Amino acid sequence: MTRRDTLVGQPVERLEDLRFLSGRGQYVDDRSVDGMLHATLVRSTVAHGILRSIDTTAACALPGVHAVYTAHDLGAKVPVIPMRMEANADLARFEQPVLAHGKVRYVGEPVALVVADTAAIAEDAAGLVGVDVASLPPVLDRASSERGEVLLFEAVGSNRGLSLQAIRGDAAAIDAAFQDAPYTRRRRFKVHRHTALPMETRGLLAEWDPVRQRLTVSGLVKVPFAIRSLLATLLDMPESAIDAVESDCGGGFGMRGEFYPEDFLVSFAARRLGQAVKWIEDRNEHLLAMTHAREVECDLEIACDLDGTIRGLRGRGAYDLGAYIRPNAVTAPRNFAQMAGGPYRIPALHMDVAMLVSNKTPAGSYRGPGRFETDYFRERLFDIAAGDLGIDRVAFRRHNLLRRHEVPGRLPVVMPYGTGGETDSGDYHETFERCLAEIGWHDKVALAGRQVDGVFHGLAVGSYIEGGASGPREHARLVFEADGRVTVHVGSSAVGQGLETIFAQIAADALGLPMDRIAGVFHGSSGIVKMGYGSLGSRSTVMGGSAILDAAKNLDHALRAAAAARFGCAPGEVSIEDGLRSAAARGRSLPLAGPAGIAADGIEAEGVFENNRRTYSYGTHAAHLTVDPATGQVRLLEYVSVEDVGRIINPMTLHGQVLGAIVQGLGGTLLEHLVYDGQGQLLTGSLASYLVPAADDFPNIRSIVLENHPSPVSPLGAKGAGEGGVISVGGVVANAIASALSSFGVQPDELPLTPPRIWELIQRSSGQVDLP
Amino acid sequence: MKLPAFDYAAPATMAEAIELLERHGGDARPLAGGQSLMPVLAFRLAQPSMLVDIGRIPGLDSIEIGEDGVRLGARVRWCDILEHPSLRSVHPLLVEAIGHVAHYPIRNRGTVGGSLAHADPAAEMPGIAFTCEATMVIAGRAGTRMVAARDFFTGPLETVIGPAELLVEVRLPPWPAARRWGFEEFARQRGAFALAAVAAFYDERDGVAIGVHLGVIGATGVVQRLPGAEAALEGRPVDAPGIAAAVAAARAEVDPPEDAEASSAYRRSLVGTMVERALAAATAR
Repeated sequence: MTRRDTLVGQPVERLEDLRFLSGRGQYVDDRSVDGMLHATLVRSTVAHGILRSIDTTAACALPGVHAVYTAHDLGAKVPVIPMRMEANADLARFEQPVLAHGKVRYVGEPVALVVADTAAIAEDAAGLVGVDVASLPPVLDRASSERGEVLLFEAVGSNRGLSLQAIRGDAAAIDAAFQDAPYTRRRRFKVHRHTALPMETRGLLAEWDPVRQRLTVSGLVKVPFAIRSLLATLLDMPESAIDAVESDCGGGFGMRGEFYPEDFLVSFAARRLGQAVKWIEDRNEHLLAMTHAREVECDLEIACDLDGTIRGLRGRGAYDLGAYIRPNAVTAPRNFAQMAGGPYRIPALHMDVAMLVSNKTPAGSYRGPGRFETDYFRERLFDIAAGDLGIDRVAFRRHNLLRRHEVPGRLPVVMPYGTGGETDSGDYHETFERCLAEIGWHDKVALAGRQVDGVFHGLAVGSYIEGGASGPREHARLVFEADGRVTVHVGSSAVGQGLETIFAQIAADALGLPMDRIAGVFHGSSGIVKMGYGSLGSRSTVMGGSAILDAAKNLDHALRAAAAARFGCAPGEVSIEDGLRSAAARGRSLPLAGPAGIAADGIEAEGVFENNRRTYSYGTHAAHLTVDPATGQVRLLEYVSVEDVGRIINPMTLHGQVLGAIVQGLGGTLLEHLVYDGQGQLLTGSLASYLVPAADDFPNIRSIVLENHPSPVSPLGAKGAGEGGVISVGGVVANAIASALSSFGVQPDELPLTPPRIWELIQRSSGQVDLP
Repeated sequence: MKLPAFDYAAPATMAEAIELLERHGGDARPLAGGQSLMPVLAFRLAQPSMLVDIGRIPGLDSIEIGEDGVRLGARVRWCDILEHPSLRSVHPLLVEAIGHVAHYPIRNRGTVGGSLAHADPAAEMPGIAFTCEATMVIAGRAGTRMVAARDFFTGPLETVIGPAELLVEVRLPPWPAARRWGFEEFARQRGAFALAAVAAFYDERDGVAIGVHLGVIGATGVVQRLPGAEAALEGRPVDAPGIAAAVAAARAEVDPPEDAEASSAYRRSLVGTMVERALAAATAR
């Protein structure tokens, strides 16, 4: 069957939107069942301490309370949440028990679960649980974690997990690059702790069927199949006795949908009580309990020739991963190390990244994991180096950006995992030059560093590559229904990215059908396909979409085979005609649909796409902003993104992805900060103090997406494109602020760049400028 | 985030409301727009045994403009002020300041009386009442009493309102049409709590400023005037040197606390910047 792409590439309106906008979405809190109980967590209010005892007497006595569970109730061995990705024995020693026992290690750590008739009663009871903790000094920063005078895990003997090494070139070559270079520069940078903050907090509804001994868990997102598998292990029940139900989801961003203590606890309670139990996370809880991200500092050093040719890049960094190693904790440190060079020609590279624990909320993977951080460090250092060498920032980048003939290229190898790989396709100069043209760099750069009407103007530009299409596989199933319409079933899961629309476009084109012949796209939940790998690492379009192509091919075979059987001919003689309405052979023709049709009982076919190579979309961002030196206020005048994603499936949903990602990056750069005090108490426990971008904060963002260089990795040619928007933002905005405040010599080496911090940087700078 | 259990009453008269408050001693709280009280309850920072909803008591939502100034009923909402046909000309400082209150849905429910009684030192209404030397009308069992703004606020989140009393009205003194004024607020985000805001007004006679009023919110943990800066400008032309003198005096006389969001030095500087910009706006009007 030949594909005629009439829908792929079109800005097809989102199929999901009518449901969402008319209030028919099924988020987990929309589901209620009779007799449902409500759970709430008792969480540690102490950052670090010996957990001496828990008194649940008063809580249990409160009318309406059904149970209060502590670690004692979980059996001889309290279940521990294992790493899902890049499991490692060293790191496994820091895995989190589903309820604290022996010690508490962060404020917000689950200590007990209360189940009651209503959520309010559960909260009342939670307030009555007496938790006796003997406080220990908290470990809250890199220095005290590394010193190890206070240990989170005494049995481990260190607060340091694994150290990752990303290497390109042998040790001698790396040393030589720095020894022989006429110019080297080292600088320490820091990215602060923040988080994704999806609009919908987490939630679960667990139902136990005592007759069939089956568990149904709703509210799963991202990787429902993986959660089901782990739940089965931890609950010691067959995987096939658990139905994992994916719900509509108000944002995932890599963080929502990993296995959390609550996933076990709510399911455990439902089975133990033989009743449905619902838990909905509140916003304060969310800020304490959802994985945090991005907290890393690094000494980064560059070696260059005097003409700006980069000889080498090396750095020694440390991630603060909080109190426990979570299922995807390695992703950010790995990317941080491996992507340090970005799309630039770095012949010698060595990054050494330690993974440290501290008495803060555990960290995990957040959109553009490690890449946001490492790109900020690299692009900052590039501007500093270019300035030192007296080379224009644009010329410096143009000189070092990989040329078209250098792509694909090998990526640095990350040890001890041995992760290497290579990029796939692209012309990095194309997006770079286009971005400069789009923002009007040539004309506007004259404004850089100048004060106009009291505020200083700044510009900056930076480039990135984004990895996508995480393997190993995805499954799809297409059903030619008896009514002649087609339903699409796929193991990818929806986290708000418009996946139903995109998959309908891909399926319709693959089968040569109009959109209205696609009767529905079903995804994520167990039972829909045999196995699903979900949505992470910008994979769902490439992996799920490619699996759908495979299923479409197989459906064509299946329809021909069924027709051949009816006609008594060989499948090769059958022609499927009229947009899957009829089949013909040997002068006869029969309808496919309907009671007398060939597919009267429905015909289905499965498909799978296996892939262990990643796609690498790439692009360039540029910003023009102003800084008010009296208040430190940054105003973003214009932000431009130009990227190449190989092939665009739906320009409208992609545009949303890019803008959303950029805005999240702007939030992380300028507004969002999880602040702890000296006792390890989170000070930013509500949206009054944890500021996220609002609709009017960043009105002028433009996204231009190219599809000049399809990926050879997938039959669609598409590359993962859900994260690129966030990657460059920190570096570009920080460099634009440095550009604006160049007369002060301000170097913004630490995020977030809040007005007070920018003002302090100006005060501490050597430059003298008259304040307006 | 679920509210603790409490009793609820929605009396139809002021007398009933006061009687209910009295009967519960200090354990009942009046409920108007609920924009501060509800989060306080959700976070379980307070657990009153009863909420007395004043929403059905007649006469608390009027805006009266007369010779003696502007009278705002306790249940007047921010949106009522912003949408009023003549308030913007009668008391432009009030309307300008209220435009900075929080977000649209909050302005549709939040009330003048609730904000004054809550007495958040970063809130606009207490700042305006204090700077404009407003008078609060407080009803109790024995009738009403008048309290000047300078006596009304006794500390952050504290006022002189007794447990069996209700704030029913705020009276802002008359506002001469030719009065010069400015209001400048700096928050990290529109609708977020102010890092500092300054309300400024004065009357101009023979080219000099008379009756200079400068009030600051958000920066110092209390609602306060800036007497040093006011004195520095009183009787002087509001020109660059005059403004500079007021800015310097303002920075010298405030003592902001340090917190997670900003240093003391930043907030001190910001108060000066807001004074400068409010006065510059005043001269431009």
